[in-house]
Amino acid sequence: MVKETNKIADSGIYLILAFSALLCLAPILYAVALSFSDKAAANAGLVYFWPVDFTLSSYKEVLGDRFFFISFGVSVQRVVLGGIINFLVTVLMAYPLSKSARLFPGRNAYMWYMVFTMLFSGGLIPWYMTISSLKMLDSIWALVLPTAVPVFSVILLMNFFRGIPKELDEAANMDGAGPWQTLFHIYLPTSVPSMATITLFSIVGHWNSFFDGMILMNHKENWPLQTYIQQLVLSLSSIMNTTDPEEIKRLSAISNRTLSAAKVVLSMLPILCIYPFLQRYFVSGIVLGAVKE
Amino acid sequence: MRNRSFILNYHLMLIPGAVLLFIFSIVPMFGVAIAFQDYIPTKGIFASEWVGWENFGYMFSLPDSKQIFVNTISIALMKIAAGLVVPFVFALLLNEARIVLFKRTIQTVVYLPHFMSWVILSGILINMLTLDGLVNQILSWFGREPVMFLSSNAWFRPILVASDVWKEFGFSTIIYLAALTSINASLYEAASIDGASRLQKLLYITVPALLPTVILLATLSLGNVLNAGFEQILNLYNPLVYETGDIIDTYVYRTGLQEMQFGLATAVGLLKSAVSFILILISYGLAYRYANYRIF
Repeated sequence: MVKETNKIADSGIYLILAFSALLCLAPILYAVALSFSDKAAANAGLVYFWPVDFTLSSYKEVLGDRFFFISFGVSVQRVVLGGIINFLVTVLMAYPLSKSARLFPGRNAYMWYMVFTMLFSGGLIPWYMTISSLKMLDSIWALVLPTAVPVFSVILLMNFFRGIPKELDEAANMDGAGPWQTLFHIYLPTSVPSMATITLFSIVGHWNSFFDGMILMNHKENWPLQTYIQQLVLSLSSIMNTTDPEEIKRLSAISNRTLSAAKVVLSMLPILCIYPFLQRYFVSGIVLGAVKE
Repeated sequence: MRNRSFILNYHLMLIPGAVLLFIFSIVPMFGVAIAFQDYIPTKGIFASEWVGWENFGYMFSLPDSKQIFVNTISIALMKIAAGLVVPFVFALLLNEARIVLFKRTIQTVVYLPHFMSWVILSGILINMLTLDGLVNQILSWFGREPVMFLSSNAWFRPILVASDVWKEFGFSTIIYLAALTSINASLYEAASIDGASRLQKLLYITVPALLPTVILLATLSLGNVLNAGFEQILNLYNPLVYETGDIIDTYVYRTGLQEMQFGLATAVGLLKSAVSFILILISYGLAYRYANYRIF
């Protein structure tokens, strides 16, 4: 009797779990199916989760789009540059902050300063004015410097560093290692999962942000990929700005759903490629970083 | 002596980050002066005319402003509630699944949307929700009339909440799953010996063990009451749904950077920052007092 209800409960649980997972995949599958489908079939609304009249023509069309590649390049550039900057700043801040206030008297002042910038912000307009008065508009630096200090990652890594046994530190000091050597030869090699986590977070963050590109880059050549896609999304949503059926028909005839879908899929690819690594590290990295004394 | 050189080096390590924070976070805080000015970009912040609280007065006199605060708070509260409950239930279900490979596969899949940008997800959502999109096709099987989801004030908020839950519920389970691993297995064994059923174990061991985490998360989310999800709404909304979907952040963006009413937009943004700051302090205070939670 108990076994019976257990079995029913089990199958119910597995079903719900499997269904939720499918729900997470469905929209992505839909975009993939759309991108490989024939235009006419897509506009007629015949596409579900499998391509109809399989064709690569949308992808061929993307290949001919110069701006797609330019913005792809800008995105790669900001990920590499921004990732390196984030990594260096995070490591260099997390290490001294992981010291106790007794060993490093200024520690708490820096900590409050950093947390304050996380809790209070001047808002969008002053932020924009600051960057524009630094003459950084339309420069790649505008995409990487304002986000150079990922406070959340600093705290995560700092907490991880605190868990490293003090004896290691003391032993290194005995052997004559200074703070820089201790950081780079002892701390970094022992915290690979946390490093991987924060690096992947910063890569994903840089790849995915569109808003800074949208307001800080006036010229189309300087748009990162997500900003470029965002403009497509906007033009798609303009279809819904109107309730006039004739207008909707006209607009959806011009709108190129399969082409947009192909661009969306291509811009997801890099994330999907690093996803297995993300998966492997981020859970352990977050859990370890959350451990506190 | 050696100690002093250590401390000097610690300062050296912190300087780059501290300077960058100063330029891009602290300097803009002084920029809130714009909120008290009739700001004209060509004159700059030092030459523009000071107008005191005029921008704030103007903000409250606008018929839209009440709507924007109502929208922001109600969307945010719905998201907070759904964002607490759904991952909680999902983590409980996941915890009951015994086949490890199945469990891992499910986790891998449900974390995925968290790593996609709102641009991408909105692109897909808009495609799915248009008149001839996937959802309306499915509705037509049941003989329903197509719905203009994204220009309907009745549907816009539910769509925002549902798509936000959809994007984040998987990732949010991580914290619950971490809390689950800390439950002492001997509790379950003892309960089994006393003849507790599976449901009883769930209700009397697992749920109480997770409750502190739920309460902590709920307390901390107090600071998000004015964050209704800027990137999501910016990508999904249109003038037809301003009535239910326009929030503080989108309003600041439109009035400030598109309509160039810098003073007004800064004032609205400052009000939001100040209220959020107070709420965060309260929530951290509560979390520290009752759960001994510290941010650092």
